[in-house]
Amino acid sequence: MKGAEAVIKALEYEKVDVIFGYPGGALLPFYDALYDSDLIHILTRHEQGAAHAADGYARASGKVGVCVATSGPGATNLVTGVATAHADSSPIVAITGQVPTKLIGNDAFQEIDALGLFMPIVKHNFQLRSAKEIPETIRSAFNIAKTGRPGPVHIDLPKDVQEEELDLDKYPIPAKVELPGYKPTKMGHPKQIKLASSHISKAERPVIIAGGGVNIANATSELMQLAELYSIPVCTTLMGKGSFPEDHPLALGMVGMHGTKPANYAVSESDLLIAIGCRFSDRITGDINSFASHAKIIHIDIDPAEIGKNVRVDVPIVGDAKLILNNIVSHLIKMNMNNNNANREWIEYLQSLKKSCTPKMDYSDVPIKPQRIVKGLMNVIRELNIEKRSIITTDVGQNQMWMAHYFKTHFPRSFLSSGGLGTMGFGFPSAIGAKIAKPDFKVISITGDGGFMMNIQELGTIADYNIPVVICLFDNRTLGMVYQWQNIFYGKRQCSVNFGETPDFVKVAEGYGINALRITNPEEIEECLKEALLSDKPYLLDFAIDPSEALSMVPPGGKLKNIIDPITEHPNEKVICFDEIKRRFLEKDSNKNEDTLSEELSESEKDEGIKV
Amino acid sequence: MESIKSEKKEKNNETHTHIISVLVLNNPGVLQRIAGLFTRRGYNISSITVGSTESPNLARMTIVVKGNDKILEQVVKQLNKLIEVIKVSDLSVNKCVKRELCLIKIHAPNESSKSQIIQYTNVFRGKIVDLSQESLTVEITGNSDKINAFVDLVRNFGIKEMARTGLTALMRGPKILKSKKS
Ligand SMILES: Cc1ncc(C[n+]2csc(CCOP(=O)(O)OP(=O)(O)O)c2C)c(N)n1
Ligand SMILES: [Mg+2]
Repeated sequence: MKGAEAVIKALEYEKVDVIFGYPGGALLPFYDALYDSDLIHILTRHEQGAAHAADGYARASGKVGVCVATSGPGATNLVTGVATAHADSSPIVAITGQVPTKLIGNDAFQEIDALGLFMPIVKHNFQLRSAKEIPETIRSAFNIAKTGRPGPVHIDLPKDVQEEELDLDKYPIPAKVELPGYKPTKMGHPKQIKLASSHISKAERPVIIAGGGVNIANATSELMQLAELYSIPVCTTLMGKGSFPEDHPLALGMVGMHGTKPANYAVSESDLLIAIGCRFSDRITGDINSFASHAKIIHIDIDPAEIGKNVRVDVPIVGDAKLILNNIVSHLIKMNMNNNNANREWIEYLQSLKKSCTPKMDYSDVPIKPQRIVKGLMNVIRELNIEKRSIITTDVGQNQMWMAHYFKTHFPRSFLSSGGLGTMGFGFPSAIGAKIAKPDFKVISITGDGGFMMNIQELGTIADYNIPVVICLFDNRTLGMVYQWQNIFYGKRQCSVNFGETPDFVKVAEGYGINALRITNPEEIEECLKEALLSDKPYLLDFAIDPSEALSMVPPGGKLKNIIDPITEHPNEKVICFDEIKRRFLEKDSNKNEDTLSEELSESEKDEGIKV
Repeated sequence: MESIKSEKKEKNNETHTHIISVLVLNNPGVLQRIAGLFTRRGYNISSITVGSTESPNLARMTIVVKGNDKILEQVVKQLNKLIEVIKVSDLSVNKCVKRELCLIKIHAPNESSKSQIIQYTNVFRGKIVDLSQESLTVEITGNSDKINAFVDLVRNFGIKEMARTGLTALMRGPKILKSKKS
C-alpha cells in the first residue's frame, strides 16, 4: 500500500473518527487515500478553523483531535490553532503536507520549514523521511499527545513519503511504542501525600484552586470528596471551570484578574492553598509577592516544571491529579485525621462574603446588559433540563470574562475557552469540534463580534454539514476588552476599537442559509434562546448589548484583593473614512511639489481634520 | 521526583556557572530543539558542545550556563520535558572531569618570540601544531581556567586567530548518565 494509506490505517488504529482539514497540493495523496476510507473529514473554511475544531473536539471529549493542512500557507494557517492547544494542554495531532524530500531545503513551491515553525508550540514534532517510519511515528504521536501533560503533536508529511510503497506486514503498527526519553510520572510521592494530608488536617483557612488539570485528569469526584471531607472552599481558574460544580455551597467561582471577590479574598487570606493542575499564571496570581502570602502551598501537577516556576511551594506533588487526590482522601480517612471543625469560622466568613456579593443580573435595561443574557442562558439551560448536557465555548475578551465570572458550570469539560493564549477566533470553530465530539449535547458558542469575525467563514462549515451549533453573539460593535483597558489605564483614549455599524450579522447568517435573530429587547432573550436550542439547526443570535458595560478587575500585577470598578464610558472613537485618507495623501503629495495646499483650501476645509 | 528538602532549602539567588550534561536522541533537529528552548526561555548559554557517544543513536551535549538556583532548576526541568532528551544532569563542578580544546594562532615573526612561545606551550603541556614564518599555531587542552591563563600569557605576542571548542565533561568515578529519566 502507499504511505498515505498507511497513515489512514494508523489513524484508524488510534480510533480516530473525524478529521478537520483543508486539502492542497502536498496532501493530494493523503486525500486520495481518504477517498476509500470511512474516516469523516470536515472541510473547514480556513485551516485555523480546522485546528480550533480539533482542539474543541479534544477539550470536549478528552480524546485526541486531528487536523490536517497542506504545506506552506496551509501550515502557517494552522499555527495559531496549534499554539492555542499548546497553551491549554489540549491533545491534538496536526498533520501538515510537505514538499517531496528531495526538494526540501530548495525553497520549493509552498515549502516552509514546518518542523522549525511548530517546534516551539508543540509538545513534540516529527518529520517523516520514509514510509516505513509511518506506523511507529503516528503511534508515538498519539501516545505523546494524550499522556502525561497532554499537548499538540505535529507530523510533517512529505508528498513522496505519502506516495512511497510500504509493506505494513513488514512494518506493522506497533501495539506499544518505546520512547526512552518520555516517562511521565503518575503516582504521587507517598511522603508528600502524607505531608499534604497532615497540613490539610490542621488548616484553619484552607482553600483549593482547581485548574484545567482537574478537568484533564477527570478528577472531579475526587476533588469533591476532598472538599466535602473537610469543608474546603473551592475556586477555579478559567481553565478549571467545570471541574467543580459551581452551584455547590463550597464553590467560590473563578479566582484572579477577573475573579470573584470571595475567591480572591479566600486565596489572599488562606493559611493553606491546595493548587491542583494549575500553573499560577500572572492572570491568577497578580502581584506574586502578596499572592497567598500567609499560606503554605501544596501544588499538585503532572508537569514537574510547573512546580516552583512561578510561586514558592511547600509541598510539591508530581503526578496524576486523580490518583493523588484519591491517595490524599484515603490517607485522611485511614488516619482518621479530624480537624475538629478548625475551619468553621473561615467557612462562615466566606459564606457571608459570598452572600454579600451576589451579583445583580436581572437587568431590564435596553440596550441589553450582558449579565441578563448569562442569566437567561442559565435559566433556559435549567428549564430544558440540559445542565449536564450542554457545552459552552467562549471567545476571548469581555464576552469570555462575563461568562467566566457569572456563568455557573455543572460538569467537567463543559466550559471551553482559550485561556493561556487568549486567542480571538477560538470560540466558534471550537464549538464545531465540541458538537461533533458530543453530538447529543447542546453546544453554545458565546462570542464577541470581533472574535466571531476572525473565523466567521466557518458559518459555511456549520451550514453545509448542518451542524447545530447555537452562536450567541455579544454584539457591542467594539473590541470591548481593549476599549475597557483604554478607558481605565489610558485615560479613555479609545484607539482602534470601534467597528462602526457593520456587518448586519443576521443577513450574513442568512446568506449562508442559517437561521438568525437580532435581539434588542431583554424580555426576548429566553424565548429566543429556547427557539434556537430546540431548533436543532445552526442558529445565530445577535444580542445588541450595552457597549459601556464592563467587569470589575484586578489591575495587572496588582494585589488580588484590590478589585477596581471599571470606567463605564460609551464608545467615542471616530472612524476615519477613505475619502479623508485620500484627501490627506493628496495633500501630502502636493506639499512635496511645494504647491502649498493650505492656500488652495478654504477655511472650512482646513478645520475639518479628524484626530485619529 | 521533588524532594521536600530541596524545595524547603532557601533558593540561592547568586549566579553560578553550571555544567549541564544532556544525553539526547541523535535525531535531525534535536540541536535546534535544545537551542530553541534556551533562547525562548531567556537562559544564557556560555558554551555548548555536541558530539557522538558510546552509542550511535545518542549524542551528548555539554552546556555551560550561568544562572541562579531557580533558573538552573527550570533549565533542567524544561530540558527533561523534551521527548528527545534521555537524561539531564547538572554536573557538580568539582566532581567531574572537564576539558576544552583551544587552537590559537600567535604572531611570531622572529626566533626569539617563537622559542618563548614554545617554552610557554611546553609548560602548559600544549602542542605546536603548525608553524610558518610569522606565526605559530598551538593546541592546548584543559579546563577553561588553564586555557584562559595561556591565552593571557601569549596575548602580548599578538593573537591572530583563536578557536575554542567550549567545555565538555564527564562525571568522575564509575557513575554514568543512564538512559532513563528520573
Ligand atoms: C487573535 C487576537 N488578536 C488580538 C487580541 C487582543 N484582544 C483581546 S480581547 C480583544 C477584543 C475582543 O473584542 P470582541 O471579540 O468584540 O469581544 P468583546 O471584548 O467585545 O466581548 C482583543 C482585540 C487577541 N486576544 N487575540
Ligand atoms: Mg465586541
